[in-house]
Parts: sequence; C-alpha cells; structure tokens
Amino acid sequence: MVSPGKIFMQAIAYAGFAALIGYFSASPEYAHMDPKLALIKLSFSHAGAPKTECRKLGQEELNELPPNMRRLTDCPRERVALLVELDIDGVLVYRDWRPPSGVAGDGASAVYERFPVQPGRHKVTVRLRDSRKSDGFDWEYADAVEIKPRQNFVIDFRAETGGFKFL
Amino acid sequence: MAGIKRLARTGFEYLESGLDVVFGPGWNPLYYLGALGWFFYWIVAVSGIYLYIFFDSGVRDAYESVEYITHTQWYAAGIMRSLHRYASDALVVVVLLHVAREYVTDRYKDARRFAWLVGVPMLWLLYASGISGYWVVWDQLAQYVAIATTEWLDSLPFFGEPIARNFLHETVLSGRFFSLMVFIHIAVPLILLFVMWIHIQRHMHPRVNPPKGLALGSLVMMLGLSLVYPAVSQAPANLNQVPSTVGLDWFYLTLYPLLDVYSGEVLWVVAIATTALLVIMPWLPPRYRAATAKVDLPNCNGCGRCVADCPYSAITLEPRSDGDYHPKEAVVNAAKCVSCGICAAACPTASPYRRRAALVPGIELPGATIADLRRTTTEALEDLTGQARVLVYGCQTGVPMNESQDNGVAVVTVPCLGALPPSFLDFVLSRNLVEGVLLVGCRAGDCHYRLGQEWTQQRIAKQRDPYLPDRIPRERIAICWVGIDQKGKTEARLHEFRNRLRELAGPPSNAQQDTASTQVAEI
Repeated sequence: MVSPGKIFMQAIAYAGFAALIGYFSASPEYAHMDPKLALIKLSFSHAGAPKTECRKLGQEELNELPPNMRRLTDCPRERVALLVELDIDGVLVYRDWRPPSGVAGDGASAVYERFPVQPGRHKVTVRLRDSRKSDGFDWEYADAVEIKPRQNFVIDFRAETGGFKFL
Repeated sequence: MAGIKRLARTGFEYLESGLDVVFGPGWNPLYYLGALGWFFYWIVAVSGIYLYIFFDSGVRDAYESVEYITHTQWYAAGIMRSLHRYASDALVVVVLLHVAREYVTDRYKDARRFAWLVGVPMLWLLYASGISGYWVVWDQLAQYVAIATTEWLDSLPFFGEPIARNFLHETVLSGRFFSLMVFIHIAVPLILLFVMWIHIQRHMHPRVNPPKGLALGSLVMMLGLSLVYPAVSQAPANLNQVPSTVGLDWFYLTLYPLLDVYSGEVLWVVAIATTALLVIMPWLPPRYRAATAKVDLPNCNGCGRCVADCPYSAITLEPRSDGDYHPKEAVVNAAKCVSCGICAAACPTASPYRRRAALVPGIELPGATIADLRRTTTEALEDLTGQARVLVYGCQTGVPMNESQDNGVAVVTVPCLGALPPSFLDFVLSRNLVEGVLLVGCRAGDCHYRLGQEWTQQRIAKQRDPYLPDRIPRERIAICWVGIDQKGKTEARLHEFRNRLRELAGPPSNAQQDTASTQVAEI
C-alpha cells in the first residue's frame, strides 16, 4: 500500500513532469523573422536552352551508325546555366548563374532565394538569360509593388504563360 | 569526455536516489525508461487511430477537421489530440534519457551494442514521426515546419526542383507533398514500431510494460494535462504571409531555429556526424571485454537452466557434439554474452561442496570461475573474528566494497549477485564460517545485467532453481540494493545487520528454520 505521503510526492513529481511537457510543447515562442519585415521570395524552375545547337550529321557519320540509330541531327543534351538578376529599388541584390540539374546537365535550373525587406513601396526588377547568347537578357520584368508587413511576395517564372509573375 | 560521463553518472545517481524516495524502487521511472517509451508509443498509436477517423487529409480541409477535433468534439477527440501530442513529447524525453543513461552506465558496448545500434535509426524515425505530425495540422506552425523542412531537404544535392516550391504561395499551393506527409506520418511510426521490436530481440524477458502503478500514474498525468492545458492549433496556414512568430514544440523542433543561423548543409553535416558518432561509440575506448562464458561439456548435462536464466539470450541448447548420452548441450553465443556469470550460478554443478580436485561447473566465466569464488570466499573468512561475523558478497558493478577494516567483516566481489550460486550461502552458513551474509547489489530495480536481482531473490525465496535449501535460516541473510553513490548507506545497513545478528542465539547451523519462511530481509 502506497502511503499518503508518497502519493503526495508522486503527484508533485507527475505535475512537474506534466508542466515541463505542457510548457515546452508550444512555448516559448520563436521569432522566425521580424514581424515588421516582409519577404520577397524569388523561386522558379526553368530549363535553359541546349548548350550547343543541333548539328546535321554527314553521310559518312550516318553510315558508321547502326541502321536503327541513324538520326539526321545530333542534339547534345546539356543545357546552358541560367543567369538571374534581381534589383530592389535599383540595388542589385542577387545575381547568380544557376546550373542545370541532372548528371548530364540536361535538367531544369532552379532558383529559390529569400530576401527580407522593409514593407512599403518597392521597385522590383528581375532578369533572366536562358539562351546561349553572351550578353543581355532574354526575359525581364519590372514593377513598383506595395509590400505589407509579413507579406510573402513571390516572384515566379513560367515561360509558357509569358515569363515572370509577381504573386 | 570521461569526466563528463562520470559527472553525468553522478547526476543520474542523485536523481535515481531522489526518485527512489518518491516512487520507491519498484516504480522509479528512471529504471523503466524503455518501458515508458513503449507505453507512450501505445498512447500515441491509439489516440492517432482515433484522430484519423475525423481527420481530413486534404490540404484545404485539414485545418477545419482539426478544429472540429479540438473544439466541437473536445470531450473525446480533443482529449485524444492532446494525449497524442503530449505522449509524443513525453516519448522524446524518455527516449533521450534512456540513451543518456545507457551511455553513462556503459550499457552500450560489446554484446549490448546491437540494441544501441538499432536504437540509432530509431531516433531519426522518432523525429520524422513527430515532425510530420506537426505538418498535417496545417496551421502556421505546420506552414513554418513545412517550409523549413523542405528548404532543409533542398540543401541536399539530390532534388532537381526545390521541394519547397510546393509551398511557395496560396495560388500555387500543391497538395501533393502534403498528402505525402500524411502518408509518412502513418508509415514512419509503423516502421518505428518494427525497429522497436528488433531493438529488444536480444533481451530475455524485455521490459516493454512499466509497472502498473507507474503506467497508471503516467496515464493519469497525461489525461490531467490534456484536460487542464489542451493542445490547440495556431492560426490557419496562409502561404501569402510569413509565419514570423510560432509556438515551437521544443522537444521535436529544437534544431529548427538553427536553420535560420546556419546553412542547411552545415546542419546536415552536424546531423550526419552526430549519427556517425552514435554508431561508432560502442567501439570507442575505453574498451575492455571480460571473457565470455564457456561450457565444460563433461560437466554439462544439457538441463537448460543457464538458457532460462541468461538475460541476453546468449545460450541455446543444441544437439550433443561429444557423443555423451545426454541429448543436448549448452552453447554460448559469444557475440551476445555480456559476461555477467548468471549462467554459472544457474548451473546445478556450480557447488562449493564438490570434492573433485578441480571444481569445474558445466558453464562459467573463465575470468571469474566458481573455483576462484570458493577460494576467495574461504580465504576471506580465514581471519574473521568476533561475535557477528559477516561475509559481504558485493556486486562488481554496484557500490565499491573495499576490504573492511573490521575483523568481523569479509568482502568478496562477484560480477553480479545473480552470478552467486545459492549453494555458497549454504556453504558459509551451515558450516558456521560466519553468522550472516550480506548481499550488496545494484540499486533496486536497476540490475546492471537486467535480471540478476530478480533471479537472486527468486532463488533465495525458492521460486527459481537452484533453490537455497530450507535449512538456511533466512534471518542470517540480508540484501542491500544500493546505488554506487550510497557507500555510507551500505555501511550503516551492515552495522544494523550485525546488531541484529548479535541478538540471534547460537550458530547458524543450529537455527530452527521455519520452512514456511523463505523471505530475506531487504535492508
């Protein structure tokens, strides 16, 4: 038979353990980001152009191939790296070459970057080069946007729907 | 490192002593950390099954269904939700304490490394189970966890398209990954259960259930917490806003804030390095392994008592290999043997009365033979004088019992009290070599070799073969279960025992034993 004194002490011990579990299961709060700030998230996945153009095979080259593999053109799989730039209020905050994914370098390039900013009006300009050209950009979009505190302002890119999109 | 380990061991000793006072050794939670882990797992499993009945696994409806669970059906599903969360948190606490305690008490090396190694992936599975659980509520914490976890996964060079893009914005929210997480939250705990089962495979009589009193107390505690402080959701997830401040579950998400300080790659290196360290720990110095038990076939008749008593299932009965007429023989699997010597004490041939030139039982430890035990026992008793002479058999892993300064006390150390054949008590008492025997073992309920205490008590109480004969007066024997920090307490108990012996009339061999009484005093 457990004595009343022991039951009391056990109740205290159980209550202490319960308090520990209860408190740390949701507290103290963690400030992941200053709530006065907002976030600009630049993220997209896009495949650049093939690194080299397709080449027509000569008759001699075709003859060397087995009959079932005689394609008229040789198109290397590797793609170019994407050049991405982001300006906020005229200040270049991001510029990077994003390599294609995959072992053969033939997959899409991906971008996923976060930029905490002060809320308010900002001029946002984003540029992308996805071709083999050595200068300039293939895609560019700029707009003045009003960003609220804690807003998750997303810059996405979909070539099939016209390029950059601010969400 | 050794200093930290010693300090931690001392800390545990103090905590164990304190909880012994509060709960008594029979219910001390620190002796049942593994069993409590199982208990909390079952609470989580049962409450999870109930919650799944009302949970909507679509990303758009999950939050509403959890709100229904929490508020509309608060009296049943709401309590189940709280039990689900708090038992999961308690599971983390007992598991981490279990790991730490096994480490500081050196119960992870050699033959015990199997359970240790199986335990390492269990930690990953436990955290994956808990973290995926926070995800499926789809509140702001879930949003934070989903984004932080996928960003962390994206720092690995395996994924072409960032997984975190699934949670980019409300307009492009994808339920694919969310549904996958619901599946993971069911599948991973099931895998964890399977690995938990493997974890205990090398244990004879594994403790998978805490004592009823402790289980009841823990359940009442969980229910009380669930009623007083029910688990609730945070604001609903909204990918258009950053969940800048969240109430974290610090038991599962302890490392998440570090993702805001260090890169994902750095944390992967830390996580993988920690895992690798845990894996190699059983092989790190200091390394000392006592010789494992050896079978002496001419003295083994394949009775199977050692098989039944081995706490680690290291002995099996196999067909006879020496042509003897007995059909079976004991075979020791050295990889599983922890050199506790409990098998030797179970062997009927391990008797100090044997008159052969060499006392060799059917099974024993080469480093602590039964012949050595008889020799050290008789040598220790040679110079004993006084009225209440006491022989102390001390457990090697328990409180250090040095040579006594008192001429009336002799000390003999054994690998485990379970390795002491009961016939030795008969030997010293029926020959009047001493007036009493004090057995000093590990802390009650916490035998270093798991079952040594239980077998010792049962042998003396004639509940387990080999029995201590009836002719031995039980009042001449006392057992003292103490922690390694309780030398003073042991000496006080010894003093008390000797005073009691002085009050008993005549030598032990003349005592009239009440055959109905086989109980020994635990002092």
